[in-house]
Amino acid sequence: MPAGPSGTSHRRPCEGDGPVPPVWRRPVSAPLSLSSVPKCGARGSQRGLPGTLRVSRGRRPCARPRRARDLASPGTDRQTRSRPRQSPCPPQPPESARPDCMTEGLPAPSAGLAGISGLTMDPECSQLLPALCAVLADPRQPVADDTCLEKLLDWFKTVTEAGSSLLLLQENPCLVELLCHMLKPQDLSSRVLSFSLRLTGVLAAQEDCFQYLQQGELLPKLFGEAGPLGGAAWTSPAVRSGWIQGLRSLAQHPSALHFLAHCGAVDTIFSLQEDSSLFVASAAGQLLVHILGLSMQGPAGAPPSLQAGDWPACAQKIVGHIEESLRATATPQITQALNVLTTTFGHCHDPWTQVLWVQLSPLVAGLLEKDPIPAAHSLVDLLLSVARSPGLSSSSCGLWETLAQTLSHLSPTQAGPLALGILKLQDCPQALRAQAFAVLLQPLACVLKAMAQDPGPSGVPDGTVGDSMTAGTPLPSKAACVGLLCRSLAHLELLLPLPQRPCPWPQALLLGAAVTLLQLCGGSARPACDMGRHLCTLLLGCVRVQRAALDFLGALSDGTGPRELVTQVFAVLLEYLRSPDSSPTVLKKAFQATFRWLLSSPKTPGCWDLDPHALLFLRDLLPVLQKRLCSPCWEVRDSSLEFLTQMTRHWGGQAGFRHALLASEVPKLTEQLLRDPESYVRASAVTAMGQLSSQGLCVPPAGPEHQGGQQKSLLVELLHILSTDSEGFPRRAVMQVFTQWLRDSHADVAGDTEQFVAGVLQVASQDLDWEVRAQGLELALVFLEQTLGQPRSHCPHAVTPPVEAPVGPLAQALQPLCRVRLFDFAFRALFDCDRPVAQKSCDLLLFLRAKTASSSGLQESQSSPNVASVEAALQRWQAGDQAQPLGDLEPEVVLAVLRSLDLEGLRGALAESSDHVEKSPQSLLQDMLATVGVLGENEADCY
Amino acid sequence: MKLYCLSGHPTLPCNVLKFKSTTIMLDCGLDMTSTLNFLPLPLVQSPRLSNLPGWSLKDGNAFLDKELKECSGHVFVDSVPEFCLPETELIDLSTVDVILISNYHCMMALPYITEHTGFSGTVYATEPTVQIGRLLMEELVNFIERVPKAQSASLWKNKDIQRLLPSPLKDAVEVSTWRRCYTMQEVNSALSKIQLVGYSQKIELFGAVQVTPLSSGYALGSSNWIIQSHYEKVSYVSGSSLLTTHPQPMDQASLKNSDVLILTGLTQIPTANPDGMVGEFCSNLALTVRNGGNVLVPCYPSGVIYDLLECLYQYIDSAGLSNIPFYFISPVANSSLEFSQIFAEWLCHNKQTKVYLPEPPFPHAELIQTNKLKHYPSLHGDFSSDFRQPCVVFTGHPSLRFGDVVHFMELWGKSSLNTVIFTEPDFSYLEALAPYQPLAMKCIYCPIDTRLNFIQVSKLLKEVQPLHVVCPEQYIQPPPAQSHRMDLMIDCQPPAMSYRRAEVLALPFKRRYEKIEIMPEVSPAETAVCFQLADALVPMEIKPGISLATVSAVLHTKDNKHILQPPPRPAQPTGGKKRKRATEDIPDCKVLKPLLSGSIPVEQFVQTLEKHGFSDIKVEDTAKGHIVLLQEAETLIQIEEDSTHIICDNDEMLRVRLRDLVLKFLQKF
Repeated sequence: MPAGPSGTSHRRPCEGDGPVPPVWRRPVSAPLSLSSVPKCGARGSQRGLPGTLRVSRGRRPCARPRRARDLASPGTDRQTRSRPRQSPCPPQPPESARPDCMTEGLPAPSAGLAGISGLTMDPECSQLLPALCAVLADPRQPVADDTCLEKLLDWFKTVTEAGSSLLLLQENPCLVELLCHMLKPQDLSSRVLSFSLRLTGVLAAQEDCFQYLQQGELLPKLFGEAGPLGGAAWTSPAVRSGWIQGLRSLAQHPSALHFLAHCGAVDTIFSLQEDSSLFVASAAGQLLVHILGLSMQGPAGAPPSLQAGDWPACAQKIVGHIEESLRATATPQITQALNVLTTTFGHCHDPWTQVLWVQLSPLVAGLLEKDPIPAAHSLVDLLLSVARSPGLSSSSCGLWETLAQTLSHLSPTQAGPLALGILKLQDCPQALRAQAFAVLLQPLACVLKAMAQDPGPSGVPDGTVGDSMTAGTPLPSKAACVGLLCRSLAHLELLLPLPQRPCPWPQALLLGAAVTLLQLCGGSARPACDMGRHLCTLLLGCVRVQRAALDFLGALSDGTGPRELVTQVFAVLLEYLRSPDSSPTVLKKAFQATFRWLLSSPKTPGCWDLDPHALLFLRDLLPVLQKRLCSPCWEVRDSSLEFLTQMTRHWGGQAGFRHALLASEVPKLTEQLLRDPESYVRASAVTAMGQLSSQGLCVPPAGPEHQGGQQKSLLVELLHILSTDSEGFPRRAVMQVFTQWLRDSHADVAGDTEQFVAGVLQVASQDLDWEVRAQGLELALVFLEQTLGQPRSHCPHAVTPPVEAPVGPLAQALQPLCRVRLFDFAFRALFDCDRPVAQKSCDLLLFLRAKTASSSGLQESQSSPNVASVEAALQRWQAGDQAQPLGDLEPEVVLAVLRSLDLEGLRGALAESSDHVEKSPQSLLQDMLATVGVLGENEADCY
Repeated sequence: MKLYCLSGHPTLPCNVLKFKSTTIMLDCGLDMTSTLNFLPLPLVQSPRLSNLPGWSLKDGNAFLDKELKECSGHVFVDSVPEFCLPETELIDLSTVDVILISNYHCMMALPYITEHTGFSGTVYATEPTVQIGRLLMEELVNFIERVPKAQSASLWKNKDIQRLLPSPLKDAVEVSTWRRCYTMQEVNSALSKIQLVGYSQKIELFGAVQVTPLSSGYALGSSNWIIQSHYEKVSYVSGSSLLTTHPQPMDQASLKNSDVLILTGLTQIPTANPDGMVGEFCSNLALTVRNGGNVLVPCYPSGVIYDLLECLYQYIDSAGLSNIPFYFISPVANSSLEFSQIFAEWLCHNKQTKVYLPEPPFPHAELIQTNKLKHYPSLHGDFSSDFRQPCVVFTGHPSLRFGDVVHFMELWGKSSLNTVIFTEPDFSYLEALAPYQPLAMKCIYCPIDTRLNFIQVSKLLKEVQPLHVVCPEQYIQPPPAQSHRMDLMIDCQPPAMSYRRAEVLALPFKRRYEKIEIMPEVSPAETAVCFQLADALVPMEIKPGISLATVSAVLHTKDNKHILQPPPRPAQPTGGKKRKRATEDIPDCKVLKPLLSGSIPVEQFVQTLEKHGFSDIKVEDTAKGHIVLLQEAETLIQIEEDSTHIICDNDEMLRVRLRDLVLKFLQKF
């Protein structure tokens, strides 16, 4: 299948974007010295004005994950960078920006330790750091991009993880000065303040550094009432968040605990749990969990007491707060407490957690007595977290009873996730599992009951049809009913593949429920009672339930079911495929479910063909497929083609299927869709036609434009698409089909493989879409393997004539490759501006070199004039001038060039991400300074 | 207020509303499903149809074999097709004051009403309704008149004979009232009685009510109607649509606060979503044409065909059908296509804006320009020379009983490559196809009915909240074939009142107020008098929120308007004559005696009587009040809710004394 709409763009990035590493393994002649090879990167940099400042726009925070597209299409990501020429001495902060009392109260740094500093920070960065700190401390210098601060912090973390924070501070007094500067009443940006708080935390994570900062009273000033906490800056969520994260980093040792208790931070954290910023509130909860865990660690080597009364004061305070919150009447408070507990039990499995649970479980159970149950979702999360915790012995602390009680108290909607969680647990009492399963089954059982002609559906486990939703009580509103059913179906679908799914599995009940639901939504159900009629009215035409039920029905195909039910399944699927009211997404899911059920239909022993029932179904299905292929909605045409491709792939070789398909109009209509106005449909049609053709199910093209004229073969038609289609998807699909055809020695290809490969490579090399070029290399590799006799790894079932190992000398074996101009294509791809293409080409050439290295009998002609001219041409190509072709290559020349290239080095360089050069901390610091510098220049320009 | 229901067809309504002394006919739809009982009228002699065997009774009696023919187990009347008219006996149609037309499909019975019932009123309709209605009638008349049939069957209509016939002839209703098609002369005469109206235009009917057409979103110029007086509002909702098709969108807001909402013309195929059906239509069309077959679309010359052509305009290129010819054959094809382009003000916003570009609002103009769509008045003439296959033919009539479609059915019916696609929902496709059996061509049923479905109606009723809903009986229960589909019925509170053919409904509607004006038009000389009349109105609050004022004036009622005029001035005393006493002069002054209100508390009244020297008072409770018996005086005071009587024999003094005591307890104004 071609890539979907999320595929990469077809824009061909500018050649020469980004640096390309040198590729020459050894200079083969004088002009090919490493330094003399022009680099694409150099070309790119020439576009920047010399002497001006250009800041990388491509660089963003380390915290941000690189997008798939960045990785897939590196050519688009390469940004040319040029930095200001730095003088040997970094810019010093202006005198005015230097605070007077930067180091006040702190001990003088020890000069004797300076020599070790190289281990933590390189001298270049150390040189840049004072200027940067000065910029950060200067409120007049705005930090344009707070992602830089994130990166900076990441870097400091790396540095402190690798070495001593104390040394770092001592060697770079500017850092302390920066932190001290934060204490001065001034108009600092909240970003910088937040950064400073977090940096302080990172530094103080090491106890000696903590002590050092404590001596200067810096910590109490920053994190106590005297700091931002008591000031106007506290109104900024960024500052509050920085405060919490700073403490989170800092709280790593007993001294920190003492500090926290002393400065009253815990109370502030309690209040921050109710912060208006969700991020702050969440971080506060996390911090509480962390502090609780830390305080319970106690002094080194001493296990914490298992008596709650003996716990450290800090832990007792937090637990007391949680208890108080659990007793509260306000739901937000209860939610906070439950979330803190959930995180605690999720992260810490020490024995004391069991004590904590025993202490708190009565309060948690007390929540169940309330009506409605407050914070039900958080409660479910907590109970599941406790149940999953290996630190807790579930049976001894009454957890199973609490779970059972919760299951029965929660509404069906709330109980679903809990039931699923319980059923996923490895060891759990059978009765509880049964109860949980009943909760999941309840909505479906309810539907079956509402539709049953006689009371009580058969096959429903005891107790499944509960009382809350069925007998007598009216069904909830449409939204609630639909939501409940969809969730129930989704939960059961998740449960289906698990080894610990309930046994016996009520396959028949579930099949019946899925079919009934689909009938209800489609309007074909005939309810006998009022409740059924009401349900019918609620669900009629509901696309959400249709989608969920079709997914579920598809998933159920892995099991078996009674014959009459399976017949109903096929009938309802056909109804959906036929219905003009099926939305495109529903139809796609109906196709998927149909395929899965066809796959699972019983097979005649020793025969891969469809069983007679499935064949009968197929006869009904093909007219529907025909009609769908003509749908005005392109999504429908696309899904129909995908379905056809899947079916052909599986049963294309089977007589029954072939007969039915050839008797229909489907192949002809598929061929017509090669000219569909929608590119996705064309791509799907290409894939489908490729598959049909591989199976010999293709009819010769006979569109209106072909009538009376000479009929074109599919190969010609596909080549035409490859060379002319304006969209990338069909062209990619053609390349995939061609590659598959080559692998399978398709009849159209086998006739004159060389001509085929040459033609395709020629077109593919000109394609603007990098995926087409990459696929061209894939095809080249297949051809290469076939030519050099690589045992096939693909398509074990393909019936192909055995390829003989090359018997003649290597030159003879390489001749076909030269004739199809494979090397021309591969060398060109080696310098492709899109990294995956270059990588693939590199791999191909490496593979070839490995193949040829073991062969003997071919002398490289290193000093031949041909080699020199080829190398010269390649240099020009690398420089971006690919106009000149390589001309006809001889195998000897190819081998010589191949050996002269530093392919391993190139592969290594290509494996690096495209911005690896710019990732250094030095670059980061330069960028940040440059940003300020640019701003300064602009200011100057204004005057 | 009464509603006379003259039609049993919910989408072809014909009702008469009697409201405030006006008689208003709401639509006059013509039920053409009766034609399905007749044999098709072939344009050229069809050996197959003419050789069909005559039908004979079970006992072999063949006296009906000239009138009834048998085809594939069905019996058809071999005669000119006839139509089932609205009920004409239920009410004297000559008393109808006005006829309000909702859309061009609901006016097809107009010539029967206006030309044969003594009708002398006015018909109101929008311009597109009239113009396209004229085209539909013209096509109908043309289809039937161009194939004259000598034979006219009437024997089978005899009630005794009809009983012996097989279904559906046996069950056909009111066959004796079935009539042949009208003539063009009658059409012209009927249409000449129409007065054109625009949306939201207010039309006064005899001063009693005001009628207003509102856009209904269903077809070009289609309307719903508001019929209102000062204190009552009746909404008439006929074929309406909330889908975004070519007409102006439906005006829902104006339907709010109705006392009665008469709801007709909902979708006939509530289970079919029009979008899905259009998709089906396109898919099947493409499938047939790609296989080299022809597609026949029996349709009306206006309406959904515009939307279908627009869909095809977008679809044909993508389906690779650009070179397939589309033919539209109708005596009014040209007019229909051209009319659609000139009614810009009646179109939806998107199409309206095109006009200012300027571009034709409908893309079929481009189809015609590029020769992809060709139109012909009939099979004969140019069409025969241009005709090439495979092709798509749009032609009428959807009943398959007359029109060019009959010829195509005969021509293409034998090949399974061809397809007939039914898009009009008015006729059962199985019944329509019955006289063509056995049939090899494929039949696809894609009814496209854009009118309101029950979900939309439910939302609409919630939105506009009428006090009462009146609708055909078919809408208050699920369709018989889908009795479990409770969603396919009107569900509202209070439950909708239903009607059926030939039924008279008394609408639950109490007229409580009338608007009375105080001399709206007065000459300057009379202004002072008028002010005096107004000044005389001094309301007095007798209960919280209720104030009363008395007025003495002369009430003039004319043309359903009520006007208070000052009472006539007293005649000026003529000179020389002895001046008469004022009381004698203006007898009206007696009216000025104070009006009384309030109730008499019996206990306090008795105490008062005792205070005034009456003793031996006895009080009896009666069903209506009390009787106070003054035994000594042999006097009875009968106190009831709205009257008090003092009964004493010949003692006027006593009576007056007692009266004054009674009056003390009452308020006067």
